[in-house]
Amino acid sequence: MDVPHDSRAIGLWPEDSVARVPYWVYQDGDNYKRELRRLFEGATWTFVCLEAEIPNRGDYRTNQVGALPVIVVRGADGAINCFENRCAHRGALIAFDDAGNVENNFKCIYHAWSYDLCGNLRGIAFEHGINGVGGMPRDFKRETFAPRKLRTTTLYGLVFATLSPDTPPIEEVIGVEVLGRIRRVLNRPIRIMGRFTQALPNNWKLYVENVKDTYHASLLHLFFGTFRITRLTQGGGVLVSPDGGSHSSYTIDKAGDAQSTAYRDQGIRTEKQDYKLADPRLLDTVDEFKDGIQLQILSVFPSFILQQIHNCLAVRQVVPRGVDAMDLKWTYFGFADDPPEMTARRLRQQNLVGPAGFVSMEDGCVGGFVQRGIAAAGDQVSAIEMGGRTTESQATRATEASVRGFWKAYRRHMGY
Amino acid sequence: MDLTRLVELNAAYARAIDNEQYEEWPGFFLESCLYKVTTAENVAKGLEAGLIYADSRAMLQDRISALRQANIYERQRYRHIVGLPTVLGTSDGGAAEVETPFLIVRIMRDGKMEVFATGCYRDKVKANGDGSLRFAERIVVCDGSRFDTLVAIPF
Repeated sequence: MDVPHDSRAIGLWPEDSVARVPYWVYQDGDNYKRELRRLFEGATWTFVCLEAEIPNRGDYRTNQVGALPVIVVRGADGAINCFENRCAHRGALIAFDDAGNVENNFKCIYHAWSYDLCGNLRGIAFEHGINGVGGMPRDFKRETFAPRKLRTTTLYGLVFATLSPDTPPIEEVIGVEVLGRIRRVLNRPIRIMGRFTQALPNNWKLYVENVKDTYHASLLHLFFGTFRITRLTQGGGVLVSPDGGSHSSYTIDKAGDAQSTAYRDQGIRTEKQDYKLADPRLLDTVDEFKDGIQLQILSVFPSFILQQIHNCLAVRQVVPRGVDAMDLKWTYFGFADDPPEMTARRLRQQNLVGPAGFVSMEDGCVGGFVQRGIAAAGDQVSAIEMGGRTTESQATRATEASVRGFWKAYRRHMGY
Repeated sequence: MDLTRLVELNAAYARAIDNEQYEEWPGFFLESCLYKVTTAENVAKGLEAGLIYADSRAMLQDRISALRQANIYERQRYRHIVGLPTVLGTSDGGAAEVETPFLIVRIMRDGKMEVFATGCYRDKVKANGDGSLRFAERIVVCDGSRFDTLVAIPF
């Protein structure tokens, strides 16, 4: 379908439908800049770290809120502060490592201006000059020069930040259903097991859509279909937050699914009857949350993902890196009270995810296939109509309701 | 441990992967083994997770059957450049502890050749029943932590 060529300049949406997405949203440089401003620096919550990563006073991590570099640090009072990682003097990064500990203050390496754990400008090297000569003017007001501060909020050990004073409380944004699914997994202290970054050759939204796309999982991924990790013929569904932007999908195994011939009848590649593992311990699983849910994928708009695939737990952060590139930052975790056999089980199941994941490697390339496929189709649209044209929660995963939910939230934030 | 034999082991290992004879790869390991691909940063922080993690030779076979039959990715292959091994000592179990640097160029379907990963192998090497050297452990410690698109073929 053709859409008017200048629609991208004003964000005109074809047919005013969340079931239609114009391809220029993945390609247009001006649109990308608007996203950084209106989404990431706007009234949304961006995941910045796990509380377990900064347990002590002065522990910090650096991250990005869209393009905005930030420091997130545990303050003297135990609270978590977040501020722009930009010196008020000449704009250099204040902290240039991924993580560390500063006791009481950050010091910019360029001219040694220092900041307290709340991001307030505290010290200026040679403020009064040398022997009364030089130095800063007497009327210079440090309190008016500081990196921008972000508000933080914590949710079961997850730390989110927002630059906008207008962002509603995160609990309100994601709604009780999705909130309950975060609490379900993060029900006790966690332990970080490893970090990896996957650099993807596609627009950040293509990955976020993939995460929310419950329809593709067992069709693209042979491991899901063949080993019945998640199949559309099993029980489960998708919960979508009231604003559309956040979601949680889940799979519950169903008696008799192993006998279902639905995938074979449709000639689907991902159910391969003769495919067997030489070491089946990969899929040895304990129902650790005691509710039969063997897979749960959850997203918080715009860029956070929490994942439980059997006993493999991870958070993923989507970091945009321009129109056609992004980083996917994986943090694998278990619980602080995991016995050794559970740790060993998680280590084996982590083969399913990450850059070399039996499942996740395919999500790593499919976004690039779309980015390349639409190269000359900026004025065309995709059709997202599985399960209808609306965005409410559904008791099936043969639906694209949560993908449409993403576009509902996206258009609202972007003013499209 | 004879350095020449270690060099031969590493050369045969790299050659099998670079010639896409992936089915030979698990054979370089003892049946009870540990193979892990991780990063220098995770090792430094004591974080044990792997990008690839196999605590049996059967799990290595599963990597290859997935590569051949299950997974979807664009056609690609590797060229390993493997440096000289340094023998660091002998472990309690009698295995030689060896460290060897590597560089991997990835050759993509479209013809692009680029450095994909560098790092070092931290190995425990032992002789098997017939006296040939095998890996009891190979920890692939990548220098960086950012992997382009996907890792399908083992390092």
